Amino acid sequence: MPFKIVASQCTSCSACEPLCPNDAISEKGGSFVIEAAKCTECVGHFDEPQCVAACPVDNTCVVDTSLPRYQAPA
Amino acid sequence: MNAVVGRGKYVEAAVDGGKMKSAAEHKGCRASANTGQASCGSQAGQGDLPIEIWEKVKNHPCYSEEAHHHYARMHVAVAPACNIQCNYCNRKYNCTNESRPGVVSEKLTPEQAVRKVLAVATAIPQMTVLGIAGPGDPLANPAKTFKTFELVAKAAPDIKLCLSTNGLALPDHIDTVARSKVDHVTITINTIDPEIGAKIYPWIFFNHKRYTGIDATRILTDRQLQGLEMLSERGILCKVNSVMIPNINDRHLVEVNKAVKSRGAFLHNIMPLISAPEHGTVFGLNGQRGPTAWELKALQDACEGEIKMMRHCRQCRADAVGLLGEDRSAEFTTDQVMKMDVQYDLDMRKEYQSRVDRERAAKVAAGQKELAECAGEMSAITLLVAVATKGSGLINEHFGHAKEFQVYELSTSGAKFVGYRRVDVYCQGGYGEENRLSAIMGGIHDCHAVFVSKIGGCPKSKLIEAGIEPVDQYAHEFIEKSAIAWFKSYLDKVKRGEIQHVQRGGAAIRQGSGISAA
Ligand code: SF4
Ligand code: SF4
Ligand code: SF4
Repeated sequence: MPFKIVASQCTSCSACEPLCPNDAISEKGGSFVIEAAKCTECVGHFDEPQCVAACPVDNTCVVDTSLPRYQAPA
Repeated sequence: MNAVVGRGKYVEAAVDGGKMKSAAEHKGCRASANTGQASCGSQAGQGDLPIEIWEKVKNHPCYSEEAHHHYARMHVAVAPACNIQCNYCNRKYNCTNESRPGVVSEKLTPEQAVRKVLAVATAIPQMTVLGIAGPGDPLANPAKTFKTFELVAKAAPDIKLCLSTNGLALPDHIDTVARSKVDHVTITINTIDPEIGAKIYPWIFFNHKRYTGIDATRILTDRQLQGLEMLSERGILCKVNSVMIPNINDRHLVEVNKAVKSRGAFLHNIMPLISAPEHGTVFGLNGQRGPTAWELKALQDACEGEIKMMRHCRQCRADAVGLLGEDRSAEFTTDQVMKMDVQYDLDMRKEYQSRVDRERAAKVAAGQKELAECAGEMSAITLLVAVATKGSGLINEHFGHAKEFQVYELSTSGAKFVGYRRVDVYCQGGYGEENRLSAIMGGIHDCHAVFVSKIGGCPKSKLIEAGIEPVDQYAHEFIEKSAIAWFKSYLDKVKRGEIQHVQRGGAAIRQGSGISAA
């Protein structure tokens, strides 16, 4: 499952955007969004999802349970 | 380490030079016995600052108490992202009625920021300093921050650049800071003890990881002190800000003061915690109180001998514009700035600033004359007075219109600026309000007198009742000169037995940043 951003909580501080190894994060309508197709949950790049670790607002970058879990390439 | 030791020597040597200069220029200045510093009562003197540093800071409103009457600064909010979380900050909260450090109403791109700088510099020729101070951390947004500096340096080369950071990323960017002609850096260092730090910082984001607790603050503290040393080695001036949090780091800040002094910081600014519950910060919500004015002053006094203390910080918004204490950011929103006809005129600015310098010199001379006459007096009495002023170092504000009072400590060695007190404006729409008056009196309760350009009959008698003398006979005169003259007559009255000197105490700090939206 890729990550998503809870728009109502995002302060659009942009902390997450430059940290994403896959350029999956961008600004849209005053808040930041994650492009699900690009998000790899940071697997293979970092120990923890960078957007989650950097976001100053807790529970704003969360797992998108409506999508299938991302599988790291073998 | 070498550089730090070297700097210490250099400071000592320069202090001597500085003393000679002030003795020659300012008649009546004396070195005070207990600190050994040139304690010229006038805040215009460089005090114990080396001349080179004084030259750099004398027109900087945040670094020289005296300059802040005359020169203005602005912040541009180009840096929204942050790499640490502080318990006194809630970045979710940003409302146009809200006005406190870190808060902004508009985030700018570097290009918009430059346009705003030019517009402000044209409208306010005494604007000499551009700071980038957040609302997040400028070095967590290095691309935007340095791009802005680069563009401003090109378009307005006379404006000084400064940077405020939490220090976590500072060692990584030190060369870029040096290259970008930043001449002052402020690092916020609230503690050097990781145990205490863990009570202030819930987490940091460093090397692609979120760290919490003692691990987090150990990294932060090391990086801050390392960054400070690196700045000193490169000869970049560094001021340290600390937030005073009662029962958490209040006593410990004396240690912080020593640690930053020994690493070359030239100024230490201890600010009171702002923690109203409605700000929604962790401290605000869990009832952590801020210090009283009295506690703050006692701590600043305790650190005074070690390093120059900053007393006039207004804890400005990250997009503040104008003279300290007089925010004009509402006039310069992006919409308005984009519409303005901007013609950057360096000559006009220089001409204006030299007029300001002449005015300042006159003020210093006036104060020194009074001081010379006062210098013969010997008295152990020190007391505080409050002054209503709109700037330029003059007593030029009506009691009922004052949004803040500047507090001076008077002694036979002069008038020393020790802080400011925010109050709610007493006079709203022409008539004063009763409960406001008692709140104002609470804010200046430790003062013996309040200097104003004008005051109504009712507040006048209430002040007298409360033991605070309203003084309006020095309207539109220079603050220090008048304060010293008043002090002289006060001492005379004490000597003649007409009045008895009593110590006053206890004043409340008004919560909120120095700049009210009102
Ligand atoms: S989890 Fe990693 S890859 Fe996915 S959006 Fe966040 S930073 Fe980008
Ligand atoms: S870090 Fe969090 S608050 Fe900041 S832009 Fe990203 S999602 Fe929004
Ligand atoms: S916050 Fe303090 S140091 Fe910064 S501009 Fe305002 S007064 Fe100056």
